[in-house]
Amino acid sequence: MENYLLAMAVFAGCYALMALGLNLIFGLAGMINLGLVGFFAIGAYCSALLTVKLQVPLLLAWPAAILAASACGVGVALVTARLRGDYLAIVTLGFSEVIRLVASNEIWLTNGTDGISAIPAPGRGVLTPLLFNLQFMVIVWLAVGLAALLVARLSAAPFGRVLRAIREDDVIASVAGKPVLVFKLQAFAIGAGLMGAAGALYAHFNAYIAPDSFQPLVTIYVVLALTAGGTGTVRGAVLGAILVVALTEGTRFLGGVIPGLAPVQIAALREAIIGIVLILLLTYRPGGIIPERPRTHRLEVS
Amino acid sequence: MSGDVPQLLINGLLAGTQLAVPAIGFTTIFAVLRFPSFAIASHATIGAYAGYLANVWLGLPAGVALLAAFVVAGLFGVASDEIALRRLRTSGPLTVAIASVALTIVLENLVRFGFGNDQRGYAVAVLRDWRVDLGVFGMVRIGPQQVHNAGAALVAMGVLFVFLGFTRTGKMMRAVADNPMLASLKGINADRVAQLANFIGMGLAGFGGMLVAMDTAVDPLTGFRVMLSIFAAAVVGGLGSIPGAVLGAFVVGVGEELSIVVLDPTYRTAVGFLAILVVLSFRPRGLLGERAV
Repeated sequence: MENYLLAMAVFAGCYALMALGLNLIFGLAGMINLGLVGFFAIGAYCSALLTVKLQVPLLLAWPAAILAASACGVGVALVTARLRGDYLAIVTLGFSEVIRLVASNEIWLTNGTDGISAIPAPGRGVLTPLLFNLQFMVIVWLAVGLAALLVARLSAAPFGRVLRAIREDDVIASVAGKPVLVFKLQAFAIGAGLMGAAGALYAHFNAYIAPDSFQPLVTIYVVLALTAGGTGTVRGAVLGAILVVALTEGTRFLGGVIPGLAPVQIAALREAIIGIVLILLLTYRPGGIIPERPRTHRLEVS
Repeated sequence: MSGDVPQLLINGLLAGTQLAVPAIGFTTIFAVLRFPSFAIASHATIGAYAGYLANVWLGLPAGVALLAAFVVAGLFGVASDEIALRRLRTSGPLTVAIASVALTIVLENLVRFGFGNDQRGYAVAVLRDWRVDLGVFGMVRIGPQQVHNAGAALVAMGVLFVFLGFTRTGKMMRAVADNPMLASLKGINADRVAQLANFIGMGLAGFGGMLVAMDTAVDPLTGFRVMLSIFAAAVVGGLGSIPGAVLGAFVVGVGEELSIVVLDPTYRTAVGFLAILVVLSFRPRGLLGERAV
Protein backbone atom coordinates (compact mmCIF):
# COMPACT_ATOMS: atom_id res chain seq x y z
CA MET A 1 0.00 0.00 0.00
CA GLU A 2 2.80 2.45 0.87
CA ASN A 3 4.45 1.49 -2.40
CA TYR A 4 1.29 2.26 -4.28
CA LEU A 5 0.77 5.60 -2.57
CA LEU A 6 4.36 6.62 -3.24
CA ALA A 7 4.02 5.67 -6.90
CA MET A 8 0.85 7.75 -7.09
CA ALA A 9 2.73 10.65 -5.50
CA VAL A 10 5.35 10.33 -8.26
CA PHE A 11 2.67 10.41 -10.96
CA ALA A 12 0.98 13.37 -9.25
CA GLY A 13 4.35 15.14 -9.31
CA CYS A 14 4.67 14.52 -13.06
CA TYR A 15 1.20 15.95 -13.63
CA ALA A 16 2.06 18.90 -11.40
CA LEU A 17 5.15 19.66 -13.51
CA MET A 18 3.05 19.57 -16.67
CA ALA A 19 0.32 21.66 -15.11
CA LEU A 20 2.93 24.25 -14.11
CA GLY A 21 4.18 24.29 -17.70
CA LEU A 22 0.65 24.67 -18.99
CA ASN A 23 0.11 27.41 -16.46
CA LEU A 24 2.84 29.47 -18.14
CA ILE A 25 1.68 28.78 -21.69
CA PHE A 26 -2.09 28.86 -21.21
CA GLY A 27 -2.69 30.27 -17.74
CA LEU A 28 -0.44 33.29 -18.11
CA ALA A 29 0.16 33.79 -21.84
CA GLY A 30 -3.31 32.56 -22.85
CA MET A 31 -2.12 30.24 -25.61
CA ILE A 32 -4.10 27.02 -25.60
CA ASN A 33 -1.94 23.90 -25.85
CA LEU A 34 -3.85 20.70 -26.45
CA GLY A 35 -0.69 18.90 -27.50
CA LEU A 36 1.24 19.01 -24.27
CA VAL A 37 1.44 15.23 -24.13
CA GLY A 38 3.69 15.59 -27.20
CA PHE A 39 6.28 17.50 -25.17
CA PHE A 40 5.89 14.98 -22.34
CA ALA A 41 6.60 12.22 -24.89
CA ILE A 42 9.63 14.02 -26.31
CA GLY A 43 11.15 14.38 -22.85
CA ALA A 44 10.43 10.74 -22.03
CA TYR A 45 11.79 9.32 -25.28
CA CYS A 46 14.83 11.61 -25.36
CA SER A 47 15.95 10.69 -21.86
CA ALA A 48 15.10 6.99 -22.25
CA LEU A 49 16.91 6.65 -25.58
CA LEU A 50 19.99 8.52 -24.39
CA THR A 51 20.36 6.35 -21.30
CA VAL A 52 19.35 3.00 -22.82
CA LYS A 53 20.99 3.21 -26.24
CA LEU A 54 23.96 5.49 -25.58
CA GLN A 55 24.49 4.86 -21.84
CA VAL A 56 24.50 8.60 -21.21
CA PRO A 57 24.44 9.30 -17.45
CA LEU A 58 21.12 10.49 -16.03
CA LEU A 59 22.51 13.85 -14.99
CA LEU A 60 23.16 14.63 -18.65
CA ALA A 61 20.11 12.86 -20.08
CA TRP A 62 17.57 14.78 -18.01
CA PRO A 63 18.78 18.26 -19.02
CA ALA A 64 18.99 17.01 -22.62
CA ALA A 65 15.37 15.89 -22.42
CA ILE A 66 14.31 19.29 -21.10
CA LEU A 67 16.25 21.05 -23.86
CA ALA A 68 14.76 18.82 -26.56
CA ALA A 69 11.20 19.46 -25.38
CA SER A 70 12.00 23.16 -25.05
CA ALA A 71 13.36 23.34 -28.59
CA CYS A 72 10.24 21.61 -29.92
CA GLY A 73 8.16 24.09 -27.93
CA VAL A 74 9.93 26.98 -29.66
CA GLY A 75 9.36 25.30 -33.01
CA VAL A 76 5.64 24.85 -32.39
CA ALA A 77 5.35 28.40 -31.04
CA LEU A 78 7.17 29.85 -34.07
CA VAL A 79 4.69 28.23 -36.42
CA THR A 80 1.61 29.01 -34.36
CA ALA A 81 2.32 32.25 -32.48
CA ARG A 82 0.40 34.34 -34.98
CA LEU A 83 -2.62 32.06 -35.02
CA ARG A 84 -5.92 32.58 -33.29
CA GLY A 85 -6.70 30.29 -30.37
CA ASP A 86 -9.01 27.93 -32.24
CA TYR A 87 -6.36 27.20 -34.84
CA LEU A 88 -3.75 26.82 -32.10
CA ALA A 89 -5.93 24.16 -30.43
CA ILE A 90 -6.08 22.15 -33.65
CA VAL A 91 -2.39 22.50 -34.51
CA THR A 92 -1.11 21.57 -31.05
CA LEU A 93 -3.38 18.52 -30.87
CA GLY A 94 -2.14 17.50 -34.32
CA PHE A 95 1.44 17.97 -33.16
CA SER A 96 1.06 15.51 -30.30
CA GLU A 97 -0.61 12.96 -32.57
CA VAL A 98 2.28 13.23 -35.05
CA ILE A 99 4.78 12.70 -32.23
CA ARG A 100 2.89 9.53 -31.26
CA LEU A 101 2.85 8.45 -34.91
CA VAL A 102 6.62 8.90 -35.14
CA ALA A 103 7.11 6.97 -31.90
CA SER A 104 4.98 4.11 -33.25
CA ASN A 105 6.60 3.95 -36.69
CA GLU A 106 10.31 4.72 -36.33
CA ILE A 107 10.94 1.23 -35.02
CA TRP A 108 14.72 1.40 -35.53
CA LEU A 109 14.81 4.19 -32.95
CA THR A 110 11.87 3.74 -30.60
CA ASN A 111 11.03 0.00 -30.87
CA GLY A 112 7.65 1.08 -32.21
CA THR A 113 4.58 -0.02 -30.27
CA ASP A 114 6.68 -2.51 -28.28
CA GLY A 115 8.12 0.48 -26.45
CA ILE A 116 11.38 0.87 -24.59
CA SER A 117 11.91 -1.17 -21.47
CA ALA A 118 14.59 -1.45 -18.79
CA ILE A 119 15.06 2.30 -18.58
CA PRO A 120 17.59 2.80 -15.79
CA ALA A 121 16.99 4.78 -12.61
CA PRO A 122 19.30 5.41 -9.68
CA GLY A 123 18.98 2.70 -7.07
CA ARG A 124 16.65 0.40 -8.98
CA GLY A 125 17.39 -3.17 -7.93
CA VAL A 126 19.75 -1.96 -5.21
CA LEU A 127 17.23 -0.29 -2.91
CA THR A 128 14.11 -2.07 -1.72
CA PRO A 129 11.05 -1.14 -3.83
CA LEU A 130 9.75 0.95 -0.96
CA LEU A 131 12.98 2.93 -0.59
CA PHE A 132 13.27 3.27 -4.37
CA ASN A 133 9.78 4.73 -4.64
CA LEU A 134 10.42 6.99 -1.67
CA GLN A 135 13.65 8.25 -3.18
CA PHE A 136 12.02 8.88 -6.55
CA MET A 137 9.09 10.62 -4.91
CA VAL A 138 11.54 12.99 -3.21
CA ILE A 139 13.34 13.65 -6.52
CA VAL A 140 10.10 14.37 -8.37
CA TRP A 141 8.67 16.64 -5.71
CA LEU A 142 11.98 18.50 -5.41
CA ALA A 143 11.64 19.13 -9.14
CA VAL A 144 8.03 20.26 -8.62
CA GLY A 145 9.18 22.60 -5.84
CA LEU A 146 11.87 24.11 -8.06
CA ALA A 147 9.47 24.46 -10.96
CA ALA A 148 6.80 26.05 -8.75
CA LEU A 149 9.36 28.51 -7.45
CA LEU A 150 10.46 29.31 -11.00
CA VAL A 151 6.92 29.79 -12.28
CA ALA A 152 5.91 31.83 -9.22
CA ARG A 153 8.93 34.12 -9.66
CA LEU A 154 8.34 34.48 -13.39
CA SER A 155 4.67 35.14 -12.76
CA ALA A 156 5.37 37.90 -10.23
CA ALA A 157 8.16 39.42 -12.31
CA PRO A 158 7.61 41.91 -15.14
CA PHE A 159 7.85 38.87 -17.44
CA GLY A 160 4.62 37.47 -15.98
CA ARG A 161 2.95 40.85 -16.18
CA VAL A 162 3.70 41.05 -19.90
CA LEU A 163 2.41 37.50 -20.44
CA ARG A 164 -0.85 38.41 -18.71
CA ALA A 165 -1.09 41.53 -20.83
CA ILE A 166 -0.62 39.39 -23.96
CA ARG A 167 -3.32 37.02 -22.70
CA GLU A 168 -5.79 39.85 -22.24
CA ASP A 169 -4.98 41.66 -25.49
CA ASP A 170 -1.82 41.05 -27.48
CA VAL A 171 -2.41 44.06 -29.72
CA ILE A 172 -2.29 46.40 -26.73
CA ALA A 173 0.79 44.60 -25.43
CA SER A 174 2.58 45.13 -28.73
CA VAL A 175 1.43 48.74 -28.93
CA ALA A 176 3.01 49.19 -25.49
CA GLY A 177 6.28 48.20 -27.12
CA LYS A 178 6.49 44.60 -25.90
CA PRO A 179 7.93 42.12 -28.41
CA VAL A 180 4.93 39.78 -28.21
CA LEU A 181 6.46 37.02 -30.32
CA VAL A 182 9.59 36.83 -28.17
CA PHE A 183 7.52 36.57 -25.00
CA LYS A 184 5.30 33.88 -26.49
CA LEU A 185 8.37 31.89 -27.58
CA GLN A 186 9.90 32.18 -24.13
CA ALA A 187 6.70 31.08 -22.42
CA PHE A 188 6.40 28.11 -24.76
CA ALA A 189 10.08 27.20 -24.32
CA ILE A 190 9.93 27.17 -20.52
CA GLY A 191 6.50 25.51 -20.39
CA ALA A 192 7.45 22.78 -22.84
CA GLY A 193 10.71 22.29 -20.95
CA LEU A 194 8.76 21.58 -17.75
CA MET A 195 6.60 19.09 -19.65
CA GLY A 196 9.74 17.45 -21.01
CA ALA A 197 11.13 17.22 -17.47
CA ALA A 198 7.94 15.49 -16.39
CA GLY A 199 8.35 13.04 -19.27
CA ALA A 200 11.94 12.23 -18.40
CA LEU A 201 11.08 11.61 -14.74
CA TYR A 202 8.08 9.49 -15.72
CA ALA A 203 10.12 7.33 -18.13
CA HIS A 204 12.82 6.54 -15.59
CA PHE A 205 10.41 5.86 -12.78
CA ASN A 206 8.14 3.66 -14.89
CA ALA A 207 11.17 1.92 -16.53
CA TYR A 208 8.99 1.39 -19.61
CA ILE A 209 7.45 3.72 -22.18
CA ALA A 210 5.44 3.05 -25.33
CA PRO A 211 3.43 5.26 -27.70
CA ASP A 212 0.29 4.24 -25.81
CA SER A 213 1.58 6.06 -22.71
CA PHE A 214 1.12 9.33 -24.59
CA GLN A 215 -2.56 9.38 -25.48
CA PRO A 216 -4.42 12.70 -25.77
CA LEU A 217 -6.14 11.68 -22.53
CA VAL A 218 -2.98 12.74 -20.65
CA THR A 219 -3.43 16.24 -22.05
CA ILE A 220 -6.97 16.26 -20.72
CA TYR A 221 -5.73 15.16 -17.29
CA VAL A 222 -3.37 18.11 -17.16
CA VAL A 223 -5.94 20.60 -18.47
CA LEU A 224 -8.27 19.24 -15.82
CA ALA A 225 -5.58 19.62 -13.15
CA LEU A 226 -4.97 23.24 -14.06
CA THR A 227 -8.68 24.05 -14.38
CA ALA A 228 -9.51 22.33 -11.10
CA GLY A 229 -6.74 24.04 -9.19
CA GLY A 230 -7.14 27.45 -10.75
CA THR A 231 -5.81 28.59 -14.10
CA GLY A 232 -3.10 31.16 -13.69
CA THR A 233 -2.05 30.20 -10.17
CA VAL A 234 0.95 28.11 -9.11
CA ARG A 235 -0.62 26.55 -6.02
CA GLY A 236 -3.69 25.69 -8.06
CA ALA A 237 -1.63 23.81 -10.64
CA VAL A 238 0.01 21.66 -7.97
CA LEU A 239 -3.17 21.08 -5.98
CA GLY A 240 -5.07 20.25 -9.17
CA ALA A 241 -2.50 17.62 -10.15
CA ILE A 242 -2.94 15.88 -6.80
CA LEU A 243 -6.73 16.00 -7.19
CA VAL A 244 -6.56 14.50 -10.68
CA VAL A 245 -4.48 11.56 -9.53
CA ALA A 246 -6.84 11.07 -6.58
CA LEU A 247 -9.74 11.09 -9.00
CA THR A 248 -8.24 8.72 -11.58
CA GLU A 249 -7.03 6.35 -8.90
CA GLY A 250 -10.17 6.63 -6.78
CA THR A 251 -12.32 5.54 -9.71
CA ARG A 252 -10.11 2.46 -10.09
CA PHE A 253 -12.21 0.90 -7.34
CA LEU A 254 -15.47 1.36 -9.23
CA GLY A 255 -15.40 -2.31 -10.17
CA GLY A 256 -15.78 -3.27 -6.54
CA VAL A 257 -18.71 -0.91 -6.05
CA ILE A 258 -20.72 -1.77 -9.15
CA PRO A 259 -20.76 -5.53 -9.65
CA GLY A 260 -21.12 -7.24 -13.01
CA LEU A 261 -19.03 -4.85 -15.08
CA ALA A 262 -16.42 -6.08 -17.56
CA PRO A 263 -12.93 -4.55 -17.18
CA VAL A 264 -13.38 -2.62 -20.44
CA GLN A 265 -16.59 -1.12 -19.06
CA ILE A 266 -14.87 -0.01 -15.87
CA ALA A 267 -12.05 1.55 -17.91
CA ALA A 268 -14.62 3.32 -20.08
CA LEU A 269 -16.50 4.64 -17.05
CA ARG A 270 -13.28 5.96 -15.49
CA GLU A 271 -12.34 7.89 -18.60
CA ALA A 272 -15.89 9.20 -18.98
CA ILE A 273 -15.87 10.46 -15.38
CA ILE A 274 -12.72 12.50 -16.08
CA GLY A 275 -14.45 14.16 -19.02
CA ILE A 276 -17.63 14.82 -17.06
CA VAL A 277 -15.73 16.36 -14.15
CA LEU A 278 -13.86 18.68 -16.52
CA ILE A 279 -17.09 19.87 -18.14
CA LEU A 280 -18.74 20.39 -14.74
CA LEU A 281 -15.74 22.37 -13.48
CA LEU A 282 -15.63 24.56 -16.58
CA THR A 283 -19.34 25.23 -16.15
CA TYR A 284 -19.67 25.77 -12.41
CA ARG A 285 -16.19 26.58 -11.16
CA PRO A 286 -14.27 28.06 -14.11
CA GLY A 287 -11.83 29.83 -11.77
CA GLY A 288 -10.90 26.59 -10.02
CA ILE A 289 -10.36 26.01 -6.32
CA ILE A 290 -7.80 28.79 -6.07
CA PRO A 291 -8.94 31.43 -8.55
CA GLU A 292 -6.42 33.92 -9.87
CA ARG A 293 -6.78 37.19 -7.98
CA PRO A 294 -6.90 40.30 -10.11
CA ARG A 295 -3.69 42.16 -9.43
CA THR A 296 -4.11 45.73 -8.36
CA HIS A 297 -1.36 48.15 -7.64
CA ARG A 298 -1.58 50.88 -5.02
CA LEU A 299 0.63 53.87 -5.23
CA GLU A 300 2.29 54.61 -1.90
CA VAL A 301 2.12 58.33 -1.33
CA SER A 302 4.80 59.45 1.05
CA MET B 1 6.41 3.87 -58.30
CA SER B 2 5.30 6.78 -60.51
CA GLY B 3 3.30 4.31 -62.58
CA ASP B 4 0.94 4.09 -59.61
CA VAL B 5 0.14 7.79 -59.67
CA PRO B 6 -3.12 7.54 -61.68
CA GLN B 7 -4.28 4.83 -59.26
CA LEU B 8 -3.35 6.95 -56.25
CA LEU B 9 -5.07 10.00 -57.73
CA ILE B 10 -8.30 8.07 -58.18
CA ASN B 11 -8.06 6.65 -54.64
CA GLY B 12 -7.40 10.14 -53.34
CA LEU B 13 -10.36 11.69 -55.14
CA LEU B 14 -12.69 8.97 -53.83
CA ALA B 15 -11.31 9.35 -50.31
CA GLY B 16 -11.59 13.13 -50.55
CA THR B 17 -15.26 12.91 -51.54
CA GLN B 18 -15.94 10.86 -48.40
CA LEU B 19 -13.85 13.13 -46.19
CA ALA B 20 -15.72 16.20 -47.46
CA VAL B 21 -18.90 15.15 -45.60
CA PRO B 22 -17.59 15.27 -41.99
CA ALA B 23 -15.38 18.24 -42.93
CA ILE B 24 -18.48 20.16 -44.00
CA GLY B 25 -20.08 19.18 -40.70
CA PHE B 26 -17.12 20.49 -38.71
CA THR B 27 -16.91 23.72 -40.67
CA THR B 28 -20.69 24.30 -40.43
CA ILE B 29 -20.55 24.16 -36.64
CA PHE B 30 -17.56 26.49 -36.69
CA ALA B 31 -19.33 28.92 -39.02
CA VAL B 32 -22.37 29.27 -36.76
CA LEU B 33 -20.98 28.66 -33.24
CA ARG B 34 -17.42 30.00 -33.77
CA PHE B 35 -15.48 27.22 -32.05
CA PRO B 36 -13.64 24.13 -33.34
CA SER B 37 -15.69 21.20 -32.06
CA PHE B 38 -13.47 18.29 -31.16
CA ALA B 39 -16.69 16.40 -30.42
CA ILE B 40 -16.87 15.77 -34.17
CA ALA B 41 -14.75 12.65 -33.57
CA SER B 42 -17.14 10.94 -31.15
CA HIS B 43 -20.16 11.88 -33.25
CA ALA B 44 -18.55 10.26 -36.29
CA THR B 45 -18.16 7.15 -34.13
CA ILE B 46 -21.77 7.37 -32.94
CA GLY B 47 -22.91 7.62 -36.56
CA ALA B 48 -20.85 4.56 -37.46
CA TYR B 49 -22.48 2.57 -34.61
CA ALA B 50 -25.99 3.85 -35.38
CA GLY B 51 -25.50 2.69 -38.96
CA TYR B 52 -24.17 -0.62 -37.67
CA LEU B 53 -27.25 -1.16 -35.50
CA ALA B 54 -29.59 -0.29 -38.38
CA ASN B 55 -27.67 -2.35 -40.89
CA VAL B 56 -26.71 -5.45 -38.90
CA TRP B 57 -29.28 -5.67 -36.11
CA LEU B 58 -32.33 -4.39 -37.98
CA GLY B 59 -31.19 -5.72 -41.35
CA LEU B 60 -31.78 -2.44 -43.19
CA PRO B 61 -29.88 -1.73 -46.42
CA ALA B 62 -26.73 0.40 -46.20
CA GLY B 63 -28.41 3.44 -47.76
CA VAL B 64 -31.10 3.55 -45.07
CA ALA B 65 -28.46 2.87 -42.41
CA LEU B 66 -26.57 5.96 -43.60
CA LEU B 67 -29.72 7.99 -43.02
CA ALA B 68 -29.95 6.51 -39.52
CA ALA B 69 -26.31 7.45 -38.94
CA PHE B 70 -27.10 11.04 -39.91
CA VAL B 71 -30.22 11.35 -37.75
CA VAL B 72 -28.86 9.63 -34.63
CA ALA B 73 -25.54 11.51 -34.67
CA GLY B 74 -27.43 14.75 -35.32
CA LEU B 75 -29.75 14.18 -32.34
CA PHE B 76 -26.77 13.29 -30.15
CA GLY B 77 -25.14 16.49 -31.35
CA VAL B 78 -28.10 18.65 -30.35
CA ALA B 79 -28.53 16.90 -27.00
CA SER B 80 -24.86 16.90 -26.01
CA ASP B 81 -24.49 20.55 -26.95
CA GLU B 82 -27.58 21.41 -24.95
CA ILE B 83 -26.37 19.47 -21.89
CA ALA B 84 -22.63 20.08 -21.92
CA LEU B 85 -21.56 23.01 -24.08
CA ARG B 86 -24.32 25.59 -24.42
CA ARG B 87 -23.83 27.22 -21.04
CA LEU B 88 -20.10 27.59 -21.71
CA ARG B 89 -20.54 29.71 -24.82
CA THR B 90 -20.38 32.93 -22.80
CA SER B 91 -16.93 31.90 -21.47
CA GLY B 92 -15.40 32.15 -24.93
CA PRO B 93 -14.57 29.81 -27.79
CA LEU B 94 -11.44 28.34 -26.14
CA THR B 95 -13.37 27.11 -23.12
CA VAL B 96 -15.98 25.51 -25.38
CA ALA B 97 -13.23 23.91 -27.47
CA ILE B 98 -11.63 22.39 -24.34
CA ALA B 99 -15.04 21.20 -23.13
CA SER B 100 -15.65 19.63 -26.54
CA VAL B 101 -12.50 17.55 -26.10
CA ALA B 102 -13.86 16.38 -22.75
CA LEU B 103 -17.23 15.73 -24.37
CA THR B 104 -15.69 13.60 -27.10
CA ILE B 105 -13.91 11.51 -24.46
CA VAL B 106 -17.17 11.02 -22.55
CA LEU B 107 -19.16 10.00 -25.64
CA GLU B 108 -16.42 7.74 -26.98
CA ASN B 109 -16.36 5.94 -23.65
CA LEU B 110 -20.13 5.62 -23.53
CA VAL B 111 -19.85 3.81 -26.87
CA ARG B 112 -17.03 1.68 -25.44
CA PHE B 113 -19.14 0.94 -22.37
CA GLY B 114 -21.97 -0.35 -24.54
CA PHE B 115 -20.10 -2.14 -27.29
CA GLY B 116 -16.60 -2.91 -26.02
CA ASN B 117 -13.46 -2.46 -28.07
CA ASP B 118 -14.23 -5.17 -30.67
CA GLN B 119 -14.04 -4.24 -34.32
CA ARG B 120 -17.28 -4.78 -36.21
CA GLY B 121 -18.20 -4.73 -39.88
CA TYR B 122 -21.34 -3.95 -41.86
CA ALA B 123 -23.48 -6.48 -43.65
CA VAL B 124 -22.54 -5.34 -47.12
CA ALA B 125 -21.44 -7.60 -49.94
CA VAL B 126 -17.73 -7.57 -50.64
CA LEU B 127 -17.48 -6.84 -54.35
CA ARG B 128 -14.59 -7.45 -56.65
CA ASP B 129 -12.64 -4.37 -57.78
CA TRP B 130 -13.39 -3.02 -61.20
CA ARG B 131 -10.44 -2.87 -63.55
CA VAL B 132 -10.41 0.08 -65.88
CA ASP B 133 -7.96 0.56 -68.74
CA LEU B 134 -6.84 4.17 -68.97
CA GLY B 135 -4.69 3.62 -72.07
CA VAL B 136 -1.32 5.32 -71.64
CA PHE B 137 -1.90 5.68 -67.88
CA GLY B 138 -2.19 1.93 -67.50
CA MET B 139 -4.75 -0.14 -65.62
CA VAL B 140 -6.39 1.14 -62.46
CA ARG B 141 -8.45 -0.74 -59.91
CA ILE B 142 -11.54 0.86 -58.45
CA GLY B 143 -13.38 -0.54 -55.45
CA PRO B 144 -17.17 -0.53 -55.92
CA GLN B 145 -17.61 0.21 -52.19
CA GLN B 146 -15.53 3.38 -52.52
CA VAL B 147 -17.59 4.45 -55.52
CA HIS B 148 -20.84 3.81 -53.66
CA ASN B 149 -19.51 5.78 -50.69
CA ALA B 150 -18.44 8.67 -52.89
CA GLY B 151 -21.89 8.59 -54.51
CA ALA B 152 -23.59 8.73 -51.11
CA ALA B 153 -21.31 11.59 -50.12
CA LEU B 154 -22.19 13.51 -53.27
CA VAL B 155 -25.91 13.01 -52.61
CA ALA B 156 -25.50 14.31 -49.04
CA MET B 157 -23.60 17.36 -50.29
CA GLY B 158 -26.23 17.99 -52.98
CA VAL B 159 -29.04 17.91 -50.42
CA LEU B 160 -27.12 20.27 -48.15
CA PHE B 161 -26.46 22.63 -51.07
CA VAL B 162 -30.15 22.81 -51.92
CA PHE B 163 -31.06 23.25 -48.23
CA LEU B 164 -28.61 26.10 -47.62
CA GLY B 165 -29.18 27.75 -50.96
CA PHE B 166 -32.90 27.57 -51.51
CA THR B 167 -34.81 27.08 -48.24
CA ARG B 168 -35.74 29.78 -45.79
CA THR B 169 -34.17 27.91 -42.85
CA GLY B 170 -30.97 27.38 -44.81
CA LYS B 171 -30.75 31.07 -45.62
CA MET B 172 -31.31 31.89 -41.95
CA MET B 173 -28.38 29.69 -41.04
CA ARG B 174 -26.14 31.38 -43.54
CA ALA B 175 -27.24 34.78 -42.28
CA VAL B 176 -26.23 33.89 -38.71
CA ALA B 177 -22.89 32.50 -39.91
CA ASP B 178 -22.29 35.64 -41.93
CA ASN B 179 -23.20 38.22 -39.31
CA PRO B 180 -24.86 37.10 -36.05
CA MET B 181 -25.60 40.68 -34.97
CA LEU B 182 -27.42 41.60 -38.16
CA ALA B 183 -29.24 38.27 -38.15
CA SER B 184 -30.58 38.86 -34.64
CA LEU B 185 -31.72 42.36 -35.65
CA LYS B 186 -33.73 40.70 -38.39
CA GLY B 187 -35.41 38.59 -35.73
CA ILE B 188 -33.63 35.31 -36.41
CA ASN B 189 -33.62 33.08 -33.34
CA ALA B 190 -29.91 32.40 -32.75
CA ASP B 191 -30.56 29.48 -30.36
CA ARG B 192 -32.70 27.70 -32.92
CA VAL B 193 -30.08 28.21 -35.60
CA ALA B 194 -27.37 26.92 -33.23
CA GLN B 195 -29.41 23.75 -32.64
CA LEU B 196 -29.89 23.32 -36.36
CA ALA B 197 -26.17 23.81 -37.00
CA ASN B 198 -25.41 21.17 -34.40
CA PHE B 199 -27.93 18.76 -35.89
CA ILE B 200 -26.65 19.17 -39.43
CA GLY B 201 -22.97 19.38 -38.47
CA MET B 202 -22.92 16.37 -36.17
CA GLY B 203 -25.31 14.51 -38.48
CA LEU B 204 -22.87 14.95 -41.34
CA ALA B 205 -20.08 13.83 -39.01
CA GLY B 206 -22.09 10.67 -38.28
CA PHE B 207 -22.80 10.13 -41.96
CA GLY B 208 -19.10 10.55 -42.76
CA GLY B 209 -18.17 8.34 -39.82
CA MET B 210 -20.25 5.50 -41.25
CA LEU B 211 -18.72 6.01 -44.72
CA VAL B 212 -15.24 5.76 -43.22
CA ALA B 213 -16.25 2.73 -41.14
CA MET B 214 -17.59 0.97 -44.23
CA ASP B 215 -14.12 1.34 -45.70
CA THR B 216 -12.34 0.24 -42.52
CA ALA B 217 -14.12 -1.02 -39.40
CA VAL B 218 -16.50 0.10 -36.65
CA ASP B 219 -14.87 0.53 -33.25
CA PRO B 220 -14.85 3.23 -30.56
CA LEU B 221 -11.89 4.98 -32.19
CA THR B 222 -13.34 5.11 -35.73
CA GLY B 223 -14.01 8.83 -35.47
CA PHE B 224 -10.84 9.72 -33.64
CA ARG B 225 -8.70 8.15 -36.36
CA VAL B 226 -10.08 10.50 -39.01
CA MET B 227 -10.32 13.57 -36.77
CA LEU B 228 -6.99 14.99 -37.88
CA SER B 229 -7.89 14.57 -41.55
CA ILE B 230 -11.24 16.30 -40.95
CA PHE B 231 -9.53 19.22 -39.21
CA ALA B 232 -6.96 19.37 -41.97
CA ALA B 233 -9.61 19.50 -44.69
CA ALA B 234 -11.52 22.27 -42.90
CA VAL B 235 -8.43 24.32 -42.05
CA VAL B 236 -6.84 23.95 -45.48
CA GLY B 237 -10.07 25.08 -47.09
CA GLY B 238 -10.59 27.84 -44.54
CA LEU B 239 -12.51 27.33 -41.28
CA GLY B 240 -16.17 28.21 -41.69
CA SER B 241 -16.26 27.90 -45.47
CA ILE B 242 -18.29 25.00 -46.87
CA PRO B 243 -16.85 25.14 -50.41
CA GLY B 244 -13.48 25.42 -48.65
CA ALA B 245 -14.12 22.23 -46.70
CA VAL B 246 -14.88 20.36 -49.93
CA LEU B 247 -11.77 21.70 -51.65
CA GLY B 248 -9.70 21.01 -48.53
CA ALA B 249 -11.03 17.45 -48.38
CA PHE B 250 -9.86 16.81 -51.93
CA VAL B 251 -6.45 18.35 -51.20
CA VAL B 252 -6.04 16.23 -48.06
CA GLY B 253 -7.51 13.07 -49.64
CA VAL B 254 -5.29 13.24 -52.70
CA GLY B 255 -2.31 14.38 -50.60
CA GLU B 256 -2.66 11.44 -48.21
CA GLU B 257 -2.74 8.97 -51.12
CA LEU B 258 0.09 10.58 -53.10
CA SER B 259 2.26 10.70 -49.97
CA ILE B 260 2.61 6.93 -50.31
CA VAL B 261 5.04 7.59 -53.16
CA VAL B 262 7.53 9.20 -50.80
CA LEU B 263 6.40 8.27 -47.27
CA ASP B 264 5.62 5.11 -45.37
CA PRO B 265 1.82 4.54 -45.56
CA THR B 266 1.61 4.63 -41.76
CA TYR B 267 2.38 8.35 -41.95
CA ARG B 268 -0.78 9.11 -43.90
CA THR B 269 -2.42 10.99 -41.03
CA ALA B 270 0.66 13.14 -40.64
CA VAL B 271 0.05 14.47 -44.16
CA GLY B 272 -3.06 16.28 -42.97
CA PHE B 273 -1.06 17.91 -40.19
CA LEU B 274 1.64 18.91 -42.66
CA ALA B 275 -1.01 20.39 -44.94
CA ILE B 276 -2.34 22.45 -42.01
CA LEU B 277 1.14 23.78 -41.25
CA VAL B 278 1.91 24.66 -44.87
CA VAL B 279 -1.39 26.41 -45.45
CA LEU B 280 -1.32 28.29 -42.15
CA SER B 281 2.25 29.44 -42.78
CA PHE B 282 1.55 30.85 -46.23
CA ARG B 283 -2.17 31.56 -46.26
CA PRO B 284 -3.45 31.64 -42.67
CA ARG B 285 -7.10 32.00 -43.67
CA GLY B 286 -7.02 28.81 -45.72
CA LEU B 287 -7.70 28.51 -49.42
CA LEU B 288 -11.22 29.95 -49.35
CA GLY B 289 -11.70 31.17 -45.79
CA GLU B 290 -11.65 34.11 -43.49
CA ARG B 291 -8.70 35.43 -41.53
CA ALA B 292 -7.01 33.22 -38.94
CA VAL B 293 -4.84 35.81 -37.20
